[in-house]
Amino acid sequence: MGKKLLMKGNEALAEAAIRAGVKGYFGYPITPQSELLEYMATNLDARGGVFLQAESEVAAINMVYGASGTGTRVMTSTSSPGFSLMQEGISYMACAELPCLLVNVVRGGPGLGTIQPSQGDYFQAVKGGGHGDYKLIVLAPNSVQEMADLVYLGFDLADKYRIPTLILSDGALGQMMESVEFPEYNVEEHLVDHSSWTTIGRENGREQHYITSLHLLSEKMEEINIHLQDKYKIIQKNETRFESIQTEDADILIVAFGLSSRSSQKALELAREQGLKVGMLRPITLFPFPTDEIKHLAQIVKGILVVEMNAGQMVEDVHLSVGNNIPIDFYGRMGGMIPQPDEIVEKIKDLSKQVKI
Amino acid sequence: MNEELIIAGFGGQGVLSMGMTLAYAGMVEDKQVAWIPSYGPEMRGGTANCTVIVSDTRVSSPIISSYDTAIVLNQPSLEKFESRVKPGGTLIYESNNILNPPTRKDINIYAIPATVEANKIGNAKTMNMIILGAFLSKTPLVSVNSIMEGLKKVLPERHHNLLPVNEKALKRGMELLK
Amino acid sequence: METTREGIVCNNLDQMDVVFERTKVLHDTPTSYCPGCGHSVAHRLIMEVIDELGILENTIGVAPVGCSVFAYHFMNVDMQQAAHGRATAVATGIKRVLPDKIVFTYQGDGDLAAIGTAETIHTINRGEKIVIIFINNGIYGMTGGQMAPTTLEGDVTSTTPQGRNTLIQGHAIKITEMAAIMDGAYYVTRQAVNSAIAVRKCKKAIKQAFQNQIDGKNGTNFVEIVSNCPSGWKMTPIEANRKIDEEVIKYYPLGDLKTPPKGA
Repeated sequence: MGKKLLMKGNEALAEAAIRAGVKGYFGYPITPQSELLEYMATNLDARGGVFLQAESEVAAINMVYGASGTGTRVMTSTSSPGFSLMQEGISYMACAELPCLLVNVVRGGPGLGTIQPSQGDYFQAVKGGGHGDYKLIVLAPNSVQEMADLVYLGFDLADKYRIPTLILSDGALGQMMESVEFPEYNVEEHLVDHSSWTTIGRENGREQHYITSLHLLSEKMEEINIHLQDKYKIIQKNETRFESIQTEDADILIVAFGLSSRSSQKALELAREQGLKVGMLRPITLFPFPTDEIKHLAQIVKGILVVEMNAGQMVEDVHLSVGNNIPIDFYGRMGGMIPQPDEIVEKIKDLSKQVKI
Repeated sequence: MNEELIIAGFGGQGVLSMGMTLAYAGMVEDKQVAWIPSYGPEMRGGTANCTVIVSDTRVSSPIISSYDTAIVLNQPSLEKFESRVKPGGTLIYESNNILNPPTRKDINIYAIPATVEANKIGNAKTMNMIILGAFLSKTPLVSVNSIMEGLKKVLPERHHNLLPVNEKALKRGMELLK
Repeated sequence: METTREGIVCNNLDQMDVVFERTKVLHDTPTSYCPGCGHSVAHRLIMEVIDELGILENTIGVAPVGCSVFAYHFMNVDMQQAAHGRATAVATGIKRVLPDKIVFTYQGDGDLAAIGTAETIHTINRGEKIVIIFINNGIYGMTGGQMAPTTLEGDVTSTTPQGRNTLIQGHAIKITEMAAIMDGAYYVTRQAVNSAIAVRKCKKAIKQAFQNQIDGKNGTNFVEIVSNCPSGWKMTPIEANRKIDEEVIKYYPLGDLKTPPKGA
């Protein structure tokens, strides 16, 4: 590990991307992710990459498409309205199996919404987002340190599975400062040989390579779909990541990701001070979702509380994981509001009464 | 040790930089720190506040409901945060900007005329350092040296000629609450 | 050589001189274009240019949505298929990370001058060092003959059944003229492929555009090719080619719109 630095989440993410060997960054200004764009503008060219401010998020994602098709490590970042604009391009990339790193520093919606933090884009992130059957690998940092760490992982997974990987952050994680240490990372050791499919010219007269997401024959298109679904199953099997906190003796299990997992952890501490046995399961990968772990914990605890910065999105995946075998409560704030630890403690108490602890 | 504080005031009063300086100073001393800003609708002239946490152990949440210390620099901030200081906690306010002083009896309240003091020093912008000095004299979280190290990070290099006057202000603030 | 009901049959090919050979940069396969369509000619010209300039090994093409969406089945170069309207953004991504490669787009009028207008304008404005080939046939061929941004006033299409009314549907867009006034454009020309002489001139222009990119000239090379759509226009190929001469190039005159200053 290197030196400890105090950085904003957005800046730590950008710095990690440069250290992870990103060679192309294409983006468009939008609050609250502009520090990321500006960090790239200031630093990337001098450190061996290319920064370009696109004329729109639509153009940015298609620049990423083109650059990714050459086998180059590329990325873009945006915030919610901009991420909606990118969905068409992301769907194309998912089908054409183009690796890249996407970052959505989520703000409150719907519509133009607010510039304050939110987790309202969970569905869009984990259920596909654009048209057609596809998934992204979705990573959810909950600290400035993870804003950096998950960048390396994100690029590695994108390259390994030829899949767009998304870091689902939020306005507060992007703007807040914590200490961060950048790990040792030798880019060369992590690069994957993509030369069997990249479009860089028919060197030495080799066979033509082309990148497409168009297959007019239904039989062929179904074949492509089956291939993608098989790939997603492998990812589910191999790449599920989560953090368990004090779940060993828990009666109540909080499930929360990203920033709301930080509020929830504070609530967990406060509740334990009051004698309530609370644990937490924090998904780090939202796709693949830690279904098996939640299913397992549901057999131990008496009730589950899902805490999110939205109207209740991940809670649906928790329901899908455990069915109706155990009471599942939900607490969410919307529109840029953040669930406060004391509010969560109240919900924990309510749930405790309900399950007769 | 785990200190959770809110610093709140108008944009332009140096609220965010005061918090950031404290966070850097904590890191200089190898403590766990978090700094999280929250803006009002306008970047300047609106209310600005930031939460700072300095701790010996991992910071569980930068989002907190109640504070060990509130430092408030204007009336709206006092009204918003007085009730959210933990019983036995500390509230420091800038008395030149606040007409209706706090009323709670279960917390330690200190009034600092930092604007007047900063003008005496000859640089109105050092008001935030006077307040910070006052805070540190009651809650010695970090050393003056660490604060100055932090300030070197927060102040752009072209303003490093202002480091001595800021140090003076910091020490003046400490004297005020001795 | 004898003439039969199936056509002309040559029995002594190996004894004949080769005066014309199909470039190997075209796939040896029938295209999906309608008989008489200008796309086939434009494809051949570009591939011949790539062949003649010896840049096959470092050229990447981008073809977005339109009749030419399957261009990679006909053009035997490395290619990317792009989303509708986004070809120049995709090309920008490629060229920026691999500045030494030769990159071109092949776009229709709906793609380049309607849905992709923003990308087109900003790519040229940035002076991306690529070649843009713009096929203007005044109609949406792929989707069955709807109005294009370049459909001429009065022309009947499936979405202008009474003919294009400029008061309602606006005017045929002059995007090549827009390209020419931008500082980022290096070479802007309008050509056609409706006659032997036009085809020869068109190839020369395409070659110039690619040569500019090879030479690292500072700016975008934009070649509009006025083409036909016999199926969409509901004409025979001969009638369609005549319409180009009699109507289309009156509105869209041929020739260079921007050439680099001497020595540039």
